[in-house]
This record gives sequence, structure tokens and C-alpha cells, in this order.
Amino acid sequence: MLKIKDLHASVEGKGILKGINLEVNAGEVHAIMGPNGSGKSTLASVIAGNETYEVTKGDIFLNGENIEDLSPEERAHNGVFLSFQYPVEIPGVSVTNFMKTAINESRKSRGLDDMPAKDMLKLIREKSELLEIDRKFLSRSLNEGFSGGEKKRNEIFQMAMLEPKLAILDETDSGLDIDALRIVANGVNKLKNKDNAIVIITHYQRLLEYIVPDFVHVLHNGKIVKSGTKDLALELEEKGYDWIKQEAAV
Amino acid sequence: MALQSASLFNTYYLILKNMDLKDKLVSSFLAFENNIDVHNPVHDVRTEAIKNFETKGFPSRKEEAWKYTSLNSLQKIDFSIFPKKESSLEYKDVKKYFIHQIDTYKIVFIDGVFSSNLSETTHDGVDICLMSSALTKPMYKAVIDVYFNKVASKEESLTTLNTAFSREGAYIYIPKNKVPKKPIEIIHFSTGNDTALMLQPRNLVIAEENSEMQIIERHQSLTNHAVLTNSVTEIFAAKNAIVDYYKVQNDNDAATLIDNTYVDQKDNSHVKVHTFSFGGKLIRNNLNFYQNGERIDSTMKGITIIGEKQHVDHHTLVHHIEPNCESHQDYKGIFAENSTGVFNGKIIVDKIAQKTNAFQQNNNILISDKATINTKPQLEIFADDVKCSHGCTIGQLDEEALFYLQSRGIPKKEARALLMYAFANNVLESVRIPELKVRINKLIANKLGVNLGFDL
Ligand SMILES: Nc1ncnc2c1ncn2[C@@H]1O[C@H](COP(=O)(O)OP(=O)(O)OP(=O)(O)O)[C@@H](O)[C@H]1O
Ligand SMILES: [Mg+2]
Repeated sequence: MLKIKDLHASVEGKGILKGINLEVNAGEVHAIMGPNGSGKSTLASVIAGNETYEVTKGDIFLNGENIEDLSPEERAHNGVFLSFQYPVEIPGVSVTNFMKTAINESRKSRGLDDMPAKDMLKLIREKSELLEIDRKFLSRSLNEGFSGGEKKRNEIFQMAMLEPKLAILDETDSGLDIDALRIVANGVNKLKNKDNAIVIITHYQRLLEYIVPDFVHVLHNGKIVKSGTKDLALELEEKGYDWIKQEAAV
Repeated sequence: MALQSASLFNTYYLILKNMDLKDKLVSSFLAFENNIDVHNPVHDVRTEAIKNFETKGFPSRKEEAWKYTSLNSLQKIDFSIFPKKESSLEYKDVKKYFIHQIDTYKIVFIDGVFSSNLSETTHDGVDICLMSSALTKPMYKAVIDVYFNKVASKEESLTTLNTAFSREGAYIYIPKNKVPKKPIEIIHFSTGNDTALMLQPRNLVIAEENSEMQIIERHQSLTNHAVLTNSVTEIFAAKNAIVDYYKVQNDNDAATLIDNTYVDQKDNSHVKVHTFSFGGKLIRNNLNFYQNGERIDSTMKGITIIGEKQHVDHHTLVHHIEPNCESHQDYKGIFAENSTGVFNGKIIVDKIAQKTNAFQQNNNILISDKATINTKPQLEIFADDVKCSHGCTIGQLDEEALFYLQSRGIPKKEARALLMYAFANNVLESVRIPELKVRINKLIANKLGVNLGFDL
């Protein structure tokens, strides 16, 4: 599904990603861990097509197609979804109207008419129930004044609405209380199937107890320096990153 | 009679051809006056007014209030001051310019001349009719004596120019405790029969104690021939009166509108003026509120969305004369391409006007490097116990927000439009005619060139 080859990216001339290689297949869950500032969110943004970052070298393939020239919206239409570490507040656009626009725009890209209002309402009801989101919430301005946890839950609600092929969850767990974490993880697990893939960026083992990864990667200084199974996450939780940094330095 | 007078004007038109606009106007005044009753007391008002205009002429950019708005090129255009011939229009051809989803009273003018077939006036308990009748018929004399030209400036040159030629427009008189059954639409069409036409509508709106009304005003040219509209509206809101006035400024590229609106408010009255400026080559809004009473609320809101070489200038004035009053101003502007905007908001709080609460906000987005906005609050506060807040911002669209929307599959163009809409739309919250709100939303979507996935 996703294949990243020797990816280098920089911002304002400063190199951040320095040769990432990663392959994610349908049906898999990958976790990416790594110290602050190592480039995890940058990688996620670059995959989603954020033009703030310049890809200086390497390629990203989605289902075999090089997505270099695709805009963020085209990537979304091809099934990429990014749950933001810091969801953006958009005053004046309600969650509902935002979702309607997003869904109808991606339908339009597939040559489909707008979703009938009745179906839209049904979908919204279904997905908001899945994530135990209060309906009142949906008429509020997108993310405006949402608590940290509410923002994260709202991101997964959007994921549930859009049903992406490749979902990248950037620190979705941070900010969630224990109950919310369970609800969100449960929601993600319900959306998971053999045809889609999930990349989870996290600092903690806890979310991985709910959504069990097939692979765990450690990103350090713009490179994946170690990959392993879910046991690697446990090891990191116990020992921290120093040993990895040392290994990488050798 | 009407035909005769039209040909008289034609003769003048030929003689006056190569003059500049000011001279042409001043010379035309004689012809204009000859054609109406010089024994009418309004005659003196007009004569005074033309004298003032003759002395002052068109405002120039040397004047502080006109620093950023030039009328120079307009004065070189050979405007007809009186339409050459009367025209008519079919309702079906211009229906789209009305808020036709609802029933309204209509006062409609075609090239400055009242159109009885497009209008729906009334004298049923309220007067929603014509200025020409009010200025000439004896039954209105008492009201005219008290109100006509009483709040409009006798100094400001364009206002006096309008006063000098004041003859036609809307006359609305709502007596004590009355509320008209439906909103009132005032629409000025220009047909393009003249290659360039100058119009000077004069409106008088009187809301007596405890009365209430809603007015929608629009100027619409139907061709790309130049039109210069220099409009004056006087609004009087007596005790407890409520007036909602909506100005829909979406004319085409060759139209210039100078709108001078003067509002006189008494105790407990609420007057709101919403100005939606999307179309037109040049728009200047001079909106002046005078609070002659206590516990008054004055609200001015605006959305300006322009591009190309359009220019929109909002000059507002709120004069807090008595204590315990409020004023609220909220103007949003979005400027694309080479467009230019001006916002100048003046608030005067007199020494005795304690406990005034004056709020002013002007927020702008520039979506092109070449667009400019000049925004300036002007506060003159002589009382010491007042709350005044003002703020202006000029920014760009938030790139991060744009990426967020795009990452959800919303194309860049639509994402930009959505952000712009979101930026401006709180101004619409106070629009009290739902069908008008829908219409404004459509005009905004059109202006932004999008069809969003939901009804705005
Ligand atoms: N737009 C930007 N402008 C300048 N520097 C940036 C920008 N985006 C990222 N960086 C820098 O790139 C490096 C990697 O940032 P990134 O956000 O990808 O880290 P991260 O691994 O997600 O960290 P965290 O765990 O704290 O979320 C940091 O040093 C950051 O300051
Ligand atoms: Mg990060």
C-alpha cells in the first residue's frame, strides 16, 4: 500500500527527514516511535502532502503510484488520512458542514453526486455513536475551544466518516483520558480491516495495548534506526531511547 | 408632460457636453429647478445646497476623508444627469434581483424614474411610497418640514449635491406602534440606455415611536454602461423604534456608488445597518449615526469581498451625544487581486455621554500581494466613564488551516473559500430575514467562485 524509498525532506533549507525507508501493506498496523523532534510529524505531513516541506530526494508510492505530484486533497481522495497531532481550529465552520463538504468533495472526485442528506445524517449519527460523541458537539465550530482530548476524538470521528485506506494517527493518544483512549482505540479497531492500513505515531506503549502493531519503528534524527515487533515498544518503554541513539551513532 | 421635460433635458445635455462634471451639474440645476415647483419650501433647501456644492465641488484626495478614494476619473466621464428616455422592464427579467422568495413592499426605479409596474407601495396605515409625492403633495408637508434634510449634512459636498437634485427616491413613514406587514425593498435599476448615467436617489425613512421595519436596498445596472449613483438616505428612529437596514452592493463592473446614510436616533431605539459589498467598480459608504437620546443601540456591520480593481471605502461615524448608549461595529473584508479597501471608523463620545459602550472591529484578509487595505479607527472621547474597544487586523489565509482542510479531501479552491466564508460569516448572524441571509450566502459563494458541499 505505502512504500517510502530514501525519503529526504527539508524545511527552509534545513534537512529533517534524512533517508526514510518504510513499507506498509494492507491489513498491517505500524507504530512509529522516537524522541521529540526526530521527524515523526514531518514524515506524516509529507505523506499527506503538506507543501511546507520540500522533498529533496526519494519517493513515496501509494498502491504503486508515485504520489509526488499529488496535492493533499488528491492524496485524501486516494485514501490517505492524517489525524493531526495538533488539529487546527477553524472558527465559523461547523463539524457537520465540514464533514459534509469533505465527503461530497471526495465523492465528486470519484464522479459521484452529493450524498443524499438523509444518508449523510445517518452516517453522521452512526459514526458519532461509535466514538460516543455528543450530537451537540457536531454543530460547534470545528475544533474551536475543543479540549485536547475532544480534538483527538474528533479526528478519529473524521477518520470514521471518511474510511481511509491509509490512516496515519499522529499522537492521537496524547491528551485522551483513560476512558476516551479506550473509546478511540475501540473505534479505530472497528475501522480496521484487511484492506486498509494504520500507522500510529506515539510515545507510549498504552495505545499499542489496544491497537496491537505488527511492526514498531524507531525514528531518530530523520531516519528509521530500528524496526521490530511489538516487543520493541515494550523495550523502549522500559529503557528509553539512549541505547538506540548510541547504537545509531556507531 | 414627462416627455416634454425629457426633451428639455436633452437640449441641455447637448449644450453641456464638453464640460466637466461639476460645471455640468451646477448648470443643470437651473433646468432641474425650472421643471419643478419653485414655490415649494424645499426649493430653498435645494438652492442652499447647490451653492455649497458649487463652492466645494467634488472632494479631492487632499481631504483626509478622501485620501484613499479618488473620484477624479469619474469626473471625466460624460454622465447624463437626466435619463434620456423612460424605460420599462419586465418583472421576469429582473426577478432575480429581488428577494422574490418572500413577499415584500417594493419601491423600484428604472434609470431614476419610478416604475409602478415593478413596485408595490402602500398607504395602508403606513406610507411606503415615493419621495416625489412627499416633496410635492400638501398632505406630507408637515412631515417634510420636520424631517427633510434635518440629519443629512449641509456641509459635505456630495450630500449637498444630492440635496440640490433631490426629487425622487423612497419615502417611508411608519407611524407610532405600527409594523409594516412585510419587509421593504428599494431597488434602483439602470438600463444602460444612456452610455453613462448619474443617479441621485434621495430616501427618507421615518420610524415613529415603537414602530419597526426592515429595508433592503439594492442598486443594479443591467449593462456595462457607466453609472454613478450618489445616494442620500435619512433615517429617523424615534423612541423604541427598530430599524433594520440591509444594503446589498453587488452591482457590475462599471458602476460607482456613493452612499451617504444619516441616522438620527432617539431614546431606546435600535438601528442596524448591514452593508454587503461584493460588486461594483467603486463604492464609498458614508454611514453616520447620531445618538440623540439614551439607551440607544446603533449597529453597523459589513462584509466586503472584492477582487480585480474594485475599490470599497467604508467611512463610519458614531456620535455618542447622550449617556448610556451603545454602538457596535463589525466589518470584515476580503481583498483579492488588485482590489483596494478602506475602513475609517470614527467614534465621538461627548463629555456628557458617560457610560457609553462603543465597540469597533475591522478584520481583513488580503489574498493577493497586490491588494491593499487602509484601516483606521478614529476615537475622540471626551467622557471619562466609557468602554471603548476597537481593533483592526490584516492577515492572510492560514496555511495550516488550508492544509488541514485539503488533507480531508477539500480542494484548495474550495478550502480557501470555506476559510474566507468562515472568516466573514459571523456578520450574518444578525441578519433577521432568513431568505436574505440565504441570498447573501449565495452571493458570497458566487463571489468566491465555489459551490460548497452544503448550503452556506
Ligand atoms: N515548519 C517547520 N519549520 C521549522 N522547523 C520545523 C518545521 N516543522 C518541523 N520542524 C523541525 O523539524 C524537527 C522535527 O519536527 P517534528 O514535528 O517532525 O518532530 P516529532 O518527531 O513529531 O516530535 P514530537 O514527538 O515532539 O511531536 C524539529 O526540530 C522541528 O523543530
Ligand atoms: Mg510530532
